[in-house]
Amino acid sequence: MHELSLVTSIVETVTETLAALPDSSRGSRVLEVRLRVGALASVIPESLEFCWGIVSEGTPLEGSRLVVNLLPVVVHCESCGQDAELQGVQSFRCPRCGEPCSDMRQGRELEIESIEIDDGEVKA
Amino acid sequence: MTTRIVELRRGILKKNDELAAGLRASYATAGVLVLNLVSSPGTGKTAFLEWTLRELKARGARVAALVGDLETDNDARRLAASGAPVRQINTHGICHLDAEMIGKHLDGWPEVTLGGLDYLFIENVGNLVCPSSYDLGERIRVALLSVTEGEDKPLKYPTLFNSADAAVITKMDIAEACSFDRELALRNINEIRPGIRIFETSAKTGVGMEEWLAYLAEARGAL
Repeated sequence: MHELSLVTSIVETVTETLAALPDSSRGSRVLEVRLRVGALASVIPESLEFCWGIVSEGTPLEGSRLVVNLLPVVVHCESCGQDAELQGVQSFRCPRCGEPCSDMRQGRELEIESIEIDDGEVKA
Repeated sequence: MTTRIVELRRGILKKNDELAAGLRASYATAGVLVLNLVSSPGTGKTAFLEWTLRELKARGARVAALVGDLETDNDARRLAASGAPVRQINTHGICHLDAEMIGKHLDGWPEVTLGGLDYLFIENVGNLVCPSSYDLGERIRVALLSVTEGEDKPLKYPTLFNSADAAVITKMDIAEACSFDRELALRNINEIRPGIRIFETSAKTGVGMEEWLAYLAEARGAL
Protein backbone atom coordinates (compact mmCIF):
# COMPACT_ATOMS: atom_id res chain seq x y z
CA MET A 1 0.00 0.00 0.00
CA HIS A 2 2.93 2.34 0.52
CA GLU A 3 4.68 1.30 -2.70
CA LEU A 4 4.37 4.80 -4.18
CA SER A 5 6.40 6.31 -1.35
CA LEU A 6 8.93 3.48 -1.64
CA VAL A 7 9.37 4.07 -5.38
CA THR A 8 9.73 7.81 -4.77
CA SER A 9 12.47 7.07 -2.25
CA ILE A 10 14.25 4.70 -4.67
CA VAL A 11 14.19 7.29 -7.48
CA GLU A 12 15.52 9.99 -5.12
CA THR A 13 18.31 7.76 -3.82
CA VAL A 14 19.43 6.69 -7.29
CA THR A 15 19.31 10.27 -8.58
CA GLU A 16 21.44 11.41 -5.61
CA THR A 17 23.88 8.55 -6.21
CA LEU A 18 24.31 9.59 -9.85
CA ALA A 19 24.92 13.19 -8.85
CA ALA A 20 27.62 12.06 -6.42
CA LEU A 21 29.50 10.04 -9.05
CA PRO A 22 32.61 11.54 -10.71
CA ASP A 23 32.06 14.22 -13.39
CA SER A 24 32.24 11.79 -16.30
CA SER A 25 29.02 10.16 -15.11
CA ARG A 26 26.93 13.28 -14.64
CA GLY A 27 24.97 12.76 -17.80
CA SER A 28 24.51 9.06 -17.21
CA ARG A 29 21.24 7.29 -17.79
CA VAL A 30 20.01 4.46 -15.62
CA LEU A 31 19.20 1.23 -17.48
CA GLU A 32 18.34 -1.03 -14.59
CA VAL A 33 17.71 -0.89 -10.85
CA ARG A 34 18.01 -4.10 -8.83
CA LEU A 35 16.26 -4.44 -5.48
CA ARG A 36 16.52 -7.02 -2.69
CA VAL A 37 13.12 -7.53 -1.09
CA GLY A 38 12.53 -9.95 1.76
CA ALA A 39 9.42 -12.15 1.83
CA LEU A 40 8.34 -10.37 5.02
CA ALA A 41 8.89 -6.83 3.72
CA SER A 42 5.18 -6.37 2.92
CA VAL A 43 5.98 -5.18 -0.57
CA ILE A 44 4.30 -6.34 -3.76
CA PRO A 45 6.71 -6.25 -6.74
CA GLU A 46 3.83 -5.65 -9.18
CA SER A 47 2.80 -2.54 -7.25
CA LEU A 48 6.36 -1.21 -7.39
CA GLU A 49 6.43 -1.76 -11.15
CA PHE A 50 3.06 -0.09 -11.52
CA CYS A 51 4.42 3.14 -9.98
CA TRP A 52 7.84 2.87 -11.60
CA GLY A 53 7.10 4.48 -14.96
CA ILE A 54 5.16 7.39 -13.50
CA VAL A 55 7.62 8.28 -10.75
CA SER A 56 10.76 7.89 -12.88
CA GLU A 57 9.44 10.07 -15.70
CA GLY A 58 11.63 13.12 -16.27
CA THR A 59 14.47 11.69 -14.15
CA PRO A 60 17.66 9.86 -15.22
CA LEU A 61 15.73 6.67 -14.43
CA GLU A 62 13.10 7.20 -17.11
CA GLY A 63 12.72 4.07 -19.22
CA SER A 64 14.77 1.92 -16.85
CA ARG A 65 13.97 -1.65 -15.82
CA LEU A 66 13.13 -2.56 -12.25
CA VAL A 67 14.38 -5.99 -11.18
CA VAL A 68 13.13 -7.33 -7.85
CA ASN A 69 15.14 -10.10 -6.24
CA LEU A 70 12.76 -11.73 -3.74
CA LEU A 71 14.47 -13.27 -0.72
CA PRO A 72 12.91 -16.07 1.30
CA VAL A 73 12.80 -15.96 5.09
CA VAL A 74 15.81 -17.58 6.75
CA VAL A 75 15.63 -18.49 10.44
CA HIS A 76 18.24 -19.81 12.80
CA CYS A 77 17.19 -23.03 14.49
CA GLU A 78 18.61 -23.35 18.01
CA SER A 79 17.96 -27.09 18.15
CA CYS A 80 19.75 -27.84 14.87
CA GLY A 81 22.29 -25.06 15.34
CA GLN A 82 21.84 -24.15 11.68
CA ASP A 83 20.10 -21.61 9.48
CA ALA A 84 17.10 -22.83 7.51
CA GLU A 85 15.15 -21.35 4.64
CA LEU A 86 11.35 -21.24 5.08
CA GLN A 87 9.05 -22.15 2.21
CA GLY A 88 6.51 -19.49 3.15
CA VAL A 89 5.62 -17.01 5.87
CA GLN A 90 2.82 -18.95 7.55
CA SER A 91 4.83 -20.87 10.08
CA PHE A 92 8.10 -19.96 11.77
CA ARG A 93 9.29 -23.48 12.44
CA CYS A 94 12.48 -25.22 11.43
CA PRO A 95 11.75 -27.25 8.28
CA ARG A 96 14.18 -29.94 9.49
CA CYS A 97 13.10 -30.55 13.10
CA GLY A 98 9.80 -28.64 13.41
CA GLU A 99 10.89 -26.53 16.40
CA PRO A 100 9.55 -22.94 16.57
CA CYS A 101 12.20 -20.40 15.53
CA SER A 102 12.06 -16.76 16.58
CA ASP A 103 15.59 -15.86 15.45
CA MET A 104 15.17 -14.45 11.94
CA ARG A 105 18.28 -14.01 9.80
CA GLN A 106 16.75 -12.90 6.49
CA GLY A 107 13.35 -11.79 5.18
CA ARG A 108 12.81 -8.12 6.04
CA GLU A 109 15.27 -6.69 3.48
CA LEU A 110 14.16 -3.69 1.49
CA GLU A 111 17.19 -2.32 -0.29
CA ILE A 112 18.63 -1.12 -3.56
CA GLU A 113 21.27 -3.66 -4.49
CA SER A 114 22.79 -2.06 -7.57
CA ILE A 115 22.13 0.06 -10.63
CA GLU A 116 23.30 -0.39 -14.21
CA ILE A 117 24.15 2.90 -15.87
CA ASP A 118 24.97 4.01 -19.38
CA ASP A 119 27.77 6.57 -19.39
CA GLY A 120 27.22 7.36 -23.07
CA GLU A 121 30.19 7.95 -25.37
CA VAL A 122 33.46 7.79 -23.50
CA LYS A 123 35.43 10.95 -24.20
CA ALA A 124 39.05 10.45 -25.22
CA MET B 1 27.36 2.98 -25.24
CA THR B 2 29.38 2.21 -22.11
CA THR B 3 27.44 0.49 -19.40
CA ARG B 4 28.52 -0.46 -15.92
CA ILE B 5 27.06 -1.69 -12.67
CA VAL B 6 27.25 0.46 -9.55
CA GLU B 7 26.74 -1.38 -6.24
CA LEU B 8 24.55 0.58 -3.83
CA ARG B 9 23.43 -1.75 -1.04
CA ARG B 10 21.29 1.02 0.42
CA GLY B 11 18.12 0.57 2.44
CA ILE B 12 15.09 2.05 0.72
CA LEU B 13 13.82 3.26 4.09
CA LYS B 14 17.28 4.39 5.19
CA LYS B 15 16.13 7.95 5.87
CA ASN B 16 13.34 6.71 8.16
CA ASP B 17 15.63 4.20 9.83
CA GLU B 18 18.22 6.89 10.58
CA LEU B 19 15.60 9.23 12.03
CA ALA B 20 14.18 6.35 14.09
CA ALA B 21 17.65 5.53 15.42
CA GLY B 22 17.97 9.17 16.53
CA LEU B 23 14.59 9.01 18.26
CA ARG B 24 15.48 5.72 19.94
CA ALA B 25 18.65 7.30 21.34
CA SER B 26 16.74 10.31 22.68
CA TYR B 27 14.07 8.06 24.29
CA ALA B 28 16.85 6.07 25.96
CA THR B 29 18.60 9.19 27.26
CA ALA B 30 15.30 10.49 28.64
CA GLY B 31 14.46 7.14 30.24
CA VAL B 32 11.00 6.98 28.66
CA LEU B 33 9.45 3.69 27.56
CA VAL B 34 7.97 4.16 24.08
CA LEU B 35 5.37 1.80 22.63
CA ASN B 36 3.93 1.69 19.11
CA LEU B 37 0.39 0.26 18.96
CA VAL B 38 -0.61 -1.24 15.62
CA SER B 39 -3.87 -2.91 14.53
CA SER B 40 -6.69 -2.81 12.00
CA PRO B 41 -9.22 0.02 12.24
CA GLY B 42 -11.83 -0.94 14.83
CA THR B 43 -9.75 -3.32 16.95
CA GLY B 44 -10.11 -1.03 19.94
CA LYS B 45 -6.67 0.58 20.17
CA THR B 46 -8.15 3.81 21.48
CA ALA B 47 -10.33 2.14 24.15
CA PHE B 48 -7.35 0.02 25.21
CA LEU B 49 -5.17 3.10 25.42
CA GLU B 50 -7.83 5.14 27.27
CA TRP B 51 -7.86 2.48 29.98
CA THR B 52 -4.05 2.24 30.05
CA LEU B 53 -3.49 6.01 30.29
CA ARG B 54 -6.13 6.43 32.98
CA GLU B 55 -4.80 3.59 35.14
CA LEU B 56 -1.15 4.52 34.77
CA LYS B 57 -1.95 8.10 35.64
CA ALA B 58 -3.97 7.03 38.69
CA ARG B 59 -0.90 5.09 39.84
CA GLY B 60 1.29 8.16 39.59
CA ALA B 61 3.06 7.44 36.28
CA ARG B 62 3.88 10.27 33.89
CA VAL B 63 2.29 9.35 30.56
CA ALA B 64 1.58 10.94 27.18
CA ALA B 65 0.27 9.76 23.82
CA LEU B 66 0.62 10.56 20.15
CA VAL B 67 -2.24 9.33 18.00
CA GLY B 68 -2.24 8.95 14.23
CA ASP B 69 -5.28 9.10 11.98
CA LEU B 70 -5.84 10.17 8.41
CA GLU B 71 -8.27 12.87 9.54
CA THR B 72 -10.06 14.21 12.68
CA ASP B 73 -8.86 14.70 16.24
CA ASN B 74 -11.61 12.50 17.70
CA ASP B 75 -9.18 9.97 19.17
CA ALA B 76 -6.98 12.65 20.73
CA ARG B 77 -10.03 14.13 22.42
CA ARG B 78 -11.08 10.72 23.74
CA LEU B 79 -7.60 9.99 25.08
CA ALA B 80 -7.17 13.46 26.58
CA ALA B 81 -10.11 12.74 28.91
CA SER B 82 -7.60 10.63 30.87
CA GLY B 83 -5.86 13.87 31.83
CA ALA B 84 -2.65 12.86 30.03
CA PRO B 85 -1.16 15.15 27.38
CA VAL B 86 -2.20 13.86 23.95
CA ARG B 87 -1.30 15.09 20.49
CA GLN B 88 -3.08 14.14 17.28
CA ILE B 89 -1.11 13.50 14.10
CA ASN B 90 -3.22 13.78 10.95
CA THR B 91 -1.49 12.06 8.06
CA HIS B 92 -3.96 13.33 5.41
CA GLY B 93 -4.07 10.14 3.40
CA ILE B 94 -0.79 8.52 4.38
CA CYS B 95 -1.49 5.02 5.70
CA HIS B 96 1.14 4.89 8.46
CA LEU B 97 3.16 7.03 10.86
CA ASP B 98 6.85 7.53 10.13
CA ALA B 99 9.80 8.66 12.23
CA GLU B 100 9.78 12.15 10.73
CA MET B 101 6.16 12.74 11.80
CA ILE B 102 6.95 11.57 15.33
CA GLY B 103 10.02 13.83 15.56
CA LYS B 104 8.07 16.84 14.33
CA HIS B 105 5.22 16.32 16.79
CA LEU B 106 7.55 15.77 19.73
CA ASP B 107 9.31 19.02 18.95
CA GLY B 108 7.35 22.04 20.00
CA TRP B 109 4.93 20.13 22.25
CA PRO B 110 4.71 22.63 25.11
CA GLU B 111 3.23 20.26 27.74
CA VAL B 112 5.67 17.45 27.11
CA THR B 113 9.40 16.88 27.33
CA LEU B 114 10.68 13.34 26.95
CA GLY B 115 12.67 13.67 30.18
CA GLY B 116 9.43 14.36 32.06
CA LEU B 117 7.77 11.12 30.98
CA ASP B 118 7.76 7.51 32.11
CA TYR B 119 5.72 6.21 29.17
CA LEU B 120 4.94 7.50 25.69
CA PHE B 121 2.32 5.62 23.69
CA ILE B 122 2.07 6.00 19.93
CA GLU B 123 -1.25 4.87 18.48
CA ASN B 124 -0.54 4.18 14.83
CA VAL B 125 -2.95 4.65 11.92
CA GLY B 126 -5.36 1.69 11.77
CA ASN B 127 -3.63 -0.54 9.20
CA LEU B 128 -2.00 -3.95 9.49
CA VAL B 129 0.31 -3.61 6.50
CA CYS B 130 2.30 -0.40 6.12
CA PRO B 131 3.05 0.50 9.77
CA SER B 132 5.10 -2.70 10.04
CA SER B 133 7.76 -1.26 7.71
CA TYR B 134 8.24 2.03 9.56
CA ASP B 135 10.39 2.05 12.67
CA LEU B 136 9.37 4.86 15.03
CA GLY B 137 12.26 4.23 17.41
CA GLU B 138 9.90 2.44 19.81
CA ARG B 139 11.12 -0.03 22.40
CA ILE B 140 8.00 -2.19 22.15
CA ARG B 141 5.80 -2.76 19.14
CA VAL B 142 2.38 -4.04 20.11
CA ALA B 143 0.15 -5.85 17.61
CA LEU B 144 -3.52 -5.79 18.64
CA LEU B 145 -6.24 -8.13 17.44
CA SER B 146 -9.89 -8.16 18.51
CA VAL B 147 -12.05 -11.23 19.00
CA THR B 148 -14.34 -10.01 16.21
CA GLU B 149 -11.61 -10.12 13.54
CA GLY B 150 -10.99 -13.80 13.00
CA GLU B 151 -8.36 -16.04 14.53
CA ASP B 152 -6.34 -16.22 11.31
CA LYS B 153 -5.40 -12.53 11.23
CA PRO B 154 -1.79 -13.26 12.29
CA LEU B 155 -1.47 -15.68 9.34
CA LYS B 156 -2.93 -13.11 6.94
CA TYR B 157 -0.67 -10.31 8.14
CA PRO B 158 2.51 -12.12 9.18
CA THR B 159 4.82 -9.13 8.73
CA LEU B 160 3.23 -7.15 11.52
CA PHE B 161 2.81 -10.03 13.96
CA ASN B 162 6.33 -11.25 13.27
CA SER B 163 7.82 -7.82 13.97
CA ALA B 164 5.82 -7.28 17.18
CA ASP B 165 7.25 -7.58 20.69
CA ALA B 166 3.88 -8.17 22.35
CA ALA B 167 0.40 -9.14 21.15
CA VAL B 168 -2.86 -7.98 22.70
CA ILE B 169 -6.23 -9.61 22.11
CA THR B 170 -8.98 -7.04 22.76
CA LYS B 171 -12.72 -7.25 23.46
CA MET B 172 -12.45 -10.54 25.38
CA ASP B 173 -15.76 -9.65 27.07
CA ILE B 174 -17.60 -10.51 23.84
CA ALA B 175 -15.44 -13.52 22.89
CA GLU B 176 -18.19 -16.02 23.52
CA ALA B 177 -20.80 -14.10 21.52
CA CYS B 178 -18.34 -14.04 18.58
CA SER B 179 -17.55 -17.77 18.90
CA PHE B 180 -13.93 -16.73 19.28
CA ASP B 181 -11.63 -19.76 19.18
CA ARG B 182 -9.06 -18.71 21.75
CA GLU B 183 -6.77 -21.72 21.37
CA LEU B 184 -6.61 -21.27 17.61
CA ALA B 185 -5.84 -17.55 17.88
CA LEU B 186 -3.03 -18.17 20.37
CA ARG B 187 -1.64 -20.95 18.19
CA ASN B 188 -1.68 -18.74 15.08
CA ILE B 189 0.10 -15.88 16.85
CA ASN B 190 2.74 -18.35 18.04
CA GLU B 191 3.20 -19.82 14.57
CA ILE B 192 4.18 -16.37 13.27
CA ARG B 193 6.07 -15.12 16.33
CA PRO B 194 7.08 -18.04 18.54
CA GLY B 195 7.23 -17.19 22.23
CA ILE B 196 5.72 -13.69 22.02
CA ARG B 197 3.98 -12.31 25.16
CA ILE B 198 0.21 -12.35 24.62
CA PHE B 199 -2.34 -10.43 26.69
CA GLU B 200 -6.03 -11.35 26.57
CA THR B 201 -7.85 -8.20 27.54
CA SER B 202 -11.05 -6.22 27.77
CA ALA B 203 -10.92 -2.48 28.29
CA LYS B 204 -14.58 -2.71 29.23
CA THR B 205 -14.33 -5.20 32.10
CA GLY B 206 -10.63 -4.71 32.86
CA VAL B 207 -9.86 -8.40 32.39
CA GLY B 208 -6.20 -9.05 31.58
CA MET B 209 -5.28 -5.42 32.12
CA GLU B 210 -3.38 -5.92 35.39
CA GLU B 211 -1.01 -8.32 33.59
CA TRP B 212 -0.55 -5.69 30.88
CA LEU B 213 0.29 -2.99 33.45
CA ALA B 214 2.74 -5.33 35.18
CA TYR B 215 4.44 -5.96 31.83
CA LEU B 216 4.71 -2.20 31.22
CA ALA B 217 6.19 -1.58 34.66
CA GLU B 218 8.70 -4.36 34.16
CA ALA B 219 9.75 -3.06 30.74
CA ARG B 220 10.04 0.46 32.12
CA GLY B 221 12.15 -0.81 35.01
CA ALA B 222 14.47 -2.65 32.61
CA LEU B 223 15.36 0.53 30.65
